[in-house]
Amino acid sequence: MKRLHIFLFTVAMGLMATTARAELTIEITQGSDDPASIAVVPFAWQGNGAPPADIAEIVDSDLARSGQFAPVARVDMLGRPTTETDIFYRDWRAINAEYLLIGRASGVNPVRVDYELYDVLRQTRILTGSQSGPPSEVRMVAHRVADAVYEKLTGVPGAFATKLLYITVDRQDGGGGLSRLTLSDSDGASPVVLLKSGEPLLTPTWSPDARHIAYVSFESGRPAIYRQELATGKRQQLTNFKGLNSSPAWSPDGRSMAMVLSKGGNPDIYLMDLASGQLKQLTRHYAIDTEPTWMPDGNAILFTSDRGGKPQIYRYDLRTGATDRVTFEGSYNARPRISQDGRSMVMVHRQEGRFHIALQDLVTNRVQILTQTDLDESPSIAPNGSMVLYATKQAGRGILAAVAVDGAAKFSLPARQGDVREPAWSPYLYR
Amino acid sequence: MKHLPTASKTVAMLLCATLLVACSSNDTNDAEEEARLKAEQEAAEAARLELEAANAREAASAEELVILEEAAASHGTVFYFEYDSATLTPAALDALNAHIALLHRNTVAVRLEGHTDERGTREYNLALGERRANSVRDYMIANGISGLRIETVSLGEERPVAYGAGDSNWAQNRRVELVKQ
Repeated sequence: MKRLHIFLFTVAMGLMATTARAELTIEITQGSDDPASIAVVPFAWQGNGAPPADIAEIVDSDLARSGQFAPVARVDMLGRPTTETDIFYRDWRAINAEYLLIGRASGVNPVRVDYELYDVLRQTRILTGSQSGPPSEVRMVAHRVADAVYEKLTGVPGAFATKLLYITVDRQDGGGGLSRLTLSDSDGASPVVLLKSGEPLLTPTWSPDARHIAYVSFESGRPAIYRQELATGKRQQLTNFKGLNSSPAWSPDGRSMAMVLSKGGNPDIYLMDLASGQLKQLTRHYAIDTEPTWMPDGNAILFTSDRGGKPQIYRYDLRTGATDRVTFEGSYNARPRISQDGRSMVMVHRQEGRFHIALQDLVTNRVQILTQTDLDESPSIAPNGSMVLYATKQAGRGILAAVAVDGAAKFSLPARQGDVREPAWSPYLYR
Repeated sequence: MKHLPTASKTVAMLLCATLLVACSSNDTNDAEEEARLKAEQEAAEAARLELEAANAREAASAEELVILEEAAASHGTVFYFEYDSATLTPAALDALNAHIALLHRNTVAVRLEGHTDERGTREYNLALGERRANSVRDYMIANGISGLRIETVSLGEERPVAYGAGDSNWAQNRRVELVKQ
């Protein structure tokens, strides 16, 4: 395999163009049964010139995407209040809106957004807040407004002001094809290409503080693990062992990284201390051990192994060194990811020859299949545990899709070009 | 020599007698010369035959190498596998044996690239691709090819030959490719 050109893009997260055309578009494919009706009135613009963004539209689509809200269409609004004194509650009761969000944007740099949320039936203000940021981050400011509204109404913090990593591959006849590692907002907006390579890129993952990412790149002709700082684009090759170097997974404290190396003859899970580079071998088995992921408390690592004949998920206890099997339902369970509360595990689960995303409750061990499509893979759970982003196929092309952890709401993010795969949802970026 | 005067005399006399006989006859000289020439001719003939045989052996060897090369080429450089398996199939073994026979006759280094179909998770498939490449490598080593001549790498499901679902596509993607270095 010839070494091809690697283009490295240094990226300052704060300098992302707000006007960048989204590579992914959003199509809501299924809502939940009983979404709350909310009217997000277009926000007033109190600055000079054109407003930097349609804040209300961004908040509106965030809430709609969650599946838990049914936003009122603007054409159905009987009024467009932007301050409390302009509100006529009967206008909103008439169209069965349960909640009403109004607001105002002002300033050039920073842009400031003030907003208020009302309970229409009780005719009371239930939330007042403001967010601000540079004009280049006005979409993130709007996502933070959506986060606050979501938290007020559901009791769970919103995860709209977060980022995604994903891989896109342009097909080429005779194999090959250009791979791109892209960073975007959680709604697919503001995409920035972090790395381009003629050789495969795999398994992008976030550091717990969201300042660094890691991934597997074949740019040397063989797989190797790289770490990259998002703010500067500076990167470092962490491993270059014979055989597999794959599946990087940061520990919750950010100090070490679990990974898969086959330098011992077969794939095993290792732990690398990131300060010293020192390695510790965790599993020792002639079977395939791969896809490590951490329990949020940092005391255990879950991984896929075919030591029982078929791929199943196992749990390695870092305190005792004991290994226990976690999955028992079905003959193929792989690539676990754990919710931040440590209660739920999402995974790839095969049923009747088809690959779906399933959720296993780690307390009751009940398994719920979340998707009906085939070849679903690479589940990544939102930091608030509300949704699972995954890769699937639509008309033979790789796309990203999301499903609520209760299976109720779904949306897809078809790409304008290429096969999209391996989404990785960021941790919270503020709070 | 004090103890063997008689014996010494006898040996000396016998030597003289032999020389006298040899030198006293021309007929016997001609016969000797003839024998010597004949021996020389026979040796030359033997050397010629030996050279011819060596040339023939070399020709046969070159011919055999061509046959081995053609046999290996006819099997192609791709070995296919069953789903979720790294076991060499009878067809893969036939193809591999042809390549091994050829590798015994040259010093070529090879790279074995393991691949999988798109089903299952990417990282698991990366490991499965390595297991397939290792199966081929281990069989080569067991059949006398030095491990130093073999490099393995797995590309998992990242480099399909056939895009699209269905076993006709998938079967083409579950493979190890032999690449001469």
